[in-house]
Amino acid sequence: MSYLSVTDADRDAMLAAIGVATVDELFQDIPAGMRFREELAVKPALTEAELQRHFEELAAKNVVDEVCFLGGGIYDHYVPAVVDAVLQRGELLTAYTPYQPEMSQGVLQAIFEYQTAICELTGMDVSNASGYDGTTVAADACFVAKHATGRTKVVVTEATNPQVRQVVKTYAPGFGLEVVEVPHEGGATDPDRIRAAAEDAAAVIFQQPNFFGVLEAAPDLAAAATDAGAMPVAHVDLISLGVLEAPGAYGCAMAIGEGQSAGNAMSYGGPHYGFLAARSDYVRRLPGRIVGETVDAAGERGYVLTLQTREQHIRREKATSNITTNQTLLALAGLVHLSLLGPQGLRELGETCLALAHHAKAELQRAGLELVFPERATFKEFAVRTGRNAREALADARKKGVYAGYPLGRDYPGLDDALLVAVTEKRTVEEIAQLVEALS
Amino acid sequence: MAASESYPDELLYHSEHDWARIDGDEATLGVTWFAQDALGELVHYEAPDVGSAVSKDASYGEVESVKAVSDLISPLSGEVLEVNQTVVDAPETVNEDPYGDGWLIRIRMSSADEREQLLSAAEYRKVLEDA
Repeated sequence: MSYLSVTDADRDAMLAAIGVATVDELFQDIPAGMRFREELAVKPALTEAELQRHFEELAAKNVVDEVCFLGGGIYDHYVPAVVDAVLQRGELLTAYTPYQPEMSQGVLQAIFEYQTAICELTGMDVSNASGYDGTTVAADACFVAKHATGRTKVVVTEATNPQVRQVVKTYAPGFGLEVVEVPHEGGATDPDRIRAAAEDAAAVIFQQPNFFGVLEAAPDLAAAATDAGAMPVAHVDLISLGVLEAPGAYGCAMAIGEGQSAGNAMSYGGPHYGFLAARSDYVRRLPGRIVGETVDAAGERGYVLTLQTREQHIRREKATSNITTNQTLLALAGLVHLSLLGPQGLRELGETCLALAHHAKAELQRAGLELVFPERATFKEFAVRTGRNAREALADARKKGVYAGYPLGRDYPGLDDALLVAVTEKRTVEEIAQLVEALS
Repeated sequence: MAASESYPDELLYHSEHDWARIDGDEATLGVTWFAQDALGELVHYEAPDVGSAVSKDASYGEVESVKAVSDLISPLSGEVLEVNQTVVDAPETVNEDPYGDGWLIRIRMSSADEREQLLSAAEYRKVLEDA
């Protein structure tokens, strides 16, 4: 950890350099009656050693030794050491969003490669340079659809991540959009219900696998949306795309999602990165930064920020999004991870998650626990009934060192006894046995 | 390859740098040499739908260059009869030939006496000089 202190001498030198006598002078423009006159309620300065000890005490409060079966959008996948080795380079670590972009060829190339990876995985034609997270890209997708179709309604499946739905609903009034949710039936979504609901909708957003870990009949959902004249938008997991079909291959107009599972630690919820990719028809309506490849005056390949006429600094209130930045560093982590895995590695990773999750399902059932949706095929997550209040079951499991999952009752009626269990490639057969023991 | 500066005398002009060529009750509309020069090479033309209405002084579409977007201001009111597909496919045509191949839309005028409010080439040149 870097530690930088400022001495009185440093302060005096800086003030002298800018021709100001005191720090107070810098706040002159704030009317005297509004200036805070008291002492800030912060402890006095600490020495480096005292500060180090203070942070160690705070860090010690974090729980780091529970076996993690928590998912619901953020997953405990293994982040290879090479990711950090690349990210910690000063040129990448400290560079913020490129305001003088063409000077930062390295960063632009990295973003271009990220965009390429996203397109290859999702089967789309164009990707942006990333968004904040898997929730805001869903709101952005609604806006793209509104302008592309002229319609003012969006359909979202109830089986889509509750936070994604919540963010879409937060943005909707400002976009002039009505949001309609289609309930799940037995853990999945009926395409006929989608077709009916999408009648005058701009887009249909569905998650694959859905929030319950269940595999939806995604091609049928996409077809149902298209039949009704709405844009099918698939919200997907990058890590699943080594074993699941790409949205572009089954008729989707856009593919979005939370990129965390590729390259990012869970980090207690963030920061992470959202990805957004689309068919080329929609390129001029895409939000966020887009890096393009071109040649310079000498005919050498170079990279630029392109199609900037979509963005706020040119189009102001008519811009395609209110978001003016991207999550370069987090997205770069995803790129490094995916590059390391390659197509074969990504497939093996997906198969491992699938196999371990199925083993966990089988073992829990063998111990007498019921699955919430026993007939449904799932990927790396599934919902299990604990036979009691799920929050209590979770608390008891934690006492045994196992974070058993996500209590679904907070988001779905009738599931107060259910936990959403996620099993990644990091989980071992022994840990799964611990989970079974903790819940039975 | 951009055209050289000119403001044909047979056209009528609007101070927002648009021109109109009147032909009976129809008019062809486009942007002036000054507009294409200020924008730089055009890369996109967002055209209105055929059959839609345009209003004098209101925007009927957009043109984009690499670093700028500009509303297209209609000098006259009417109904869109035709959109120039050549410009949709190759927006740089406007830079090469802003008054000929670079025309943008053709309309049927709804209010022919609006043309009285437009500027002659000489008056438009004065607007540019005064700016």
